[in-house]
Amino acid sequence: MSVPALEARGLVRRFGALIATDDVSFAVQSGARQALIGPNGAGKTTLINLLTGVLKPTAGQVLLQGRDVTHVASSARVRMGLSRTFQINQLFPDLTPAESPALAISERDGSGADFWRVAGGRSEIIAEIESLLTRFGLEADMDQPTRKLSYGKQRLLEIALALATRPRVLLLDEPAAGVPEEERQDILAALAALPSDVAILLIEHDMDLVFNFAERISVLVAGRLMAEGAPDEIAADERVRAVYLGEDAHG
Amino acid sequence: MSAPAATATMGRVAAHLHRRARWRWPEIAFWLAVLAVIFALPSRAAIINEALIAGLFALSLDLILGLTGIVSLGHAAFLGLGAYAAAVLASQGFADPLLGLAFGAGIAALVGLVTAPLLLRGGDLTRLMVTLGVSLMLGELANRNGWLTGGADGLNFSIGPVLGLFPIGFTGQRNAALYSFVVLFILFAIARRLAHSPFGLALTAIRENRLRAGALGVGASRRIVAIYTTAAAYAGAAGALLAETTQIVSLDLFDFHRSADVMLMLIIGGAGYLYGGIIGAAAFIVLRDVISAATPEYWEFWIGLALVILVLAGRDRIAAAPRRLITLVAPRVTRGGVA
Repeated sequence: MSVPALEARGLVRRFGALIATDDVSFAVQSGARQALIGPNGAGKTTLINLLTGVLKPTAGQVLLQGRDVTHVASSARVRMGLSRTFQINQLFPDLTPAESPALAISERDGSGADFWRVAGGRSEIIAEIESLLTRFGLEADMDQPTRKLSYGKQRLLEIALALATRPRVLLLDEPAAGVPEEERQDILAALAALPSDVAILLIEHDMDLVFNFAERISVLVAGRLMAEGAPDEIAADERVRAVYLGEDAHG
Repeated sequence: MSAPAATATMGRVAAHLHRRARWRWPEIAFWLAVLAVIFALPSRAAIINEALIAGLFALSLDLILGLTGIVSLGHAAFLGLGAYAAAVLASQGFADPLLGLAFGAGIAALVGLVTAPLLLRGGDLTRLMVTLGVSLMLGELANRNGWLTGGADGLNFSIGPVLGLFPIGFTGQRNAALYSFVVLFILFAIARRLAHSPFGLALTAIRENRLRAGALGVGASRRIVAIYTTAAAYAGAAGALLAETTQIVSLDLFDFHRSADVMLMLIIGGAGYLYGGIIGAAAFIVLRDVISAATPEYWEFWIGLALVILVLAGRDRIAAAPRRLITLVAPRVTRGGVA
């Protein structure tokens, strides 16, 4: 098997006496469509923060394309190809949907410290912004401050920004959370259209979305990885049904 | 999407990204008006000079506070450093003003670079205290090292003419104001350029959402150190100008009230769009001049009252007024084609 795009080896994170992440090992292969599910408080967000470098693990390693990045700062991991979206929108309220990706693209291509040329002034950056905006249906709102966008559009911008970093691995933290029904289809379409060579780990509560999207599902319960497998295996797993699907199947 | 439509969208994206970087005529009118004031009021050259230098000092604070969202209550540290650096250099016989200006800015930048890492941890309160502490320390160092700084007596010195041609100081107060004007304008133009660059965009992103900025690959620490160093250089330049055009420096340059005043000026004028510091400084100094002529004892009362009203009743509205004016009169490159 080739080197996984993202791998966790024996990750442990303690907060005082609480073990939020308990010896978690798993891998996301290149181009994978994988989901991470688990009941509230299972430690999904902590795990994401460990993978992206927002938190430092108490023990264990994180590998990106086979390289140990456990001690690499989160912004440097982004430049190495690991990007994420947030469960609660983390956007720039006064920047526009055209300006925000200009930032990500500049940081990616190494011109982020350029203090002389106009941001996003080069034609290749403009072309890339244009294609991102078109792909996510944001071109009509490109010159509005982000805070004026509808919630659904803001969720789309969340994903567009993460893609502007040109990730090899993309962590999607509940991309459809709170999106009203009429805008939900736009999110689903955007997820379906994500580049196939980008490995995706979807963290989601919405079981319809998970079982439609993922080819492989990992189940996290109380900080531990309880089960991992294809969607039908997970759906058939008695333990998973007991702790998770049974109580939340209609949620 | 068809090719012409894509090109049209690209044109809109390009126009949108460039919209703030272009100079607009209200801005040009602003600078011409400042220049006109210098020539129209030769008898007021000293106070105009003071306002220009205060404007540069407030612009410097705007780079960290308005642009990046980093608070400081000790910005006078760099004003004092720049002033003393230029004064010491001149008193050692190197009386060229531009040399002193570069030296003052350079020393301040160096200390800014060294102290910037102190601002990377903790929140706003930590930063307020750290910056205040650094300015207190530097003020005390200047006090204790009288052999270099003149201590509590300050330092008198003479300064050569700018470019060897234009005497500044008491015999050439209009020259002094013009000198300050040119320096302010050049540094403003650089700051303006910087604000619209990828670097400036990253600073805005750090101010608006540091978590997401990091998640898009922005190394916030390096950017903050870079802008803090730049701002320190700007404040140092303001200090050097102040020293050179008054030909005296004293310990009060490091005083807390200097740091507080410059924040007042910036808040009065509105932070974050670079003109606010200059407008606020002019308003502050004119207000102080007018009110202290009427009631010498109580001018701070009125400044205080103005500030409270400004902050409570509509700082945003008042601060945004010049910007709104600009968007009103500027050609609309925005939603024209779509809606």
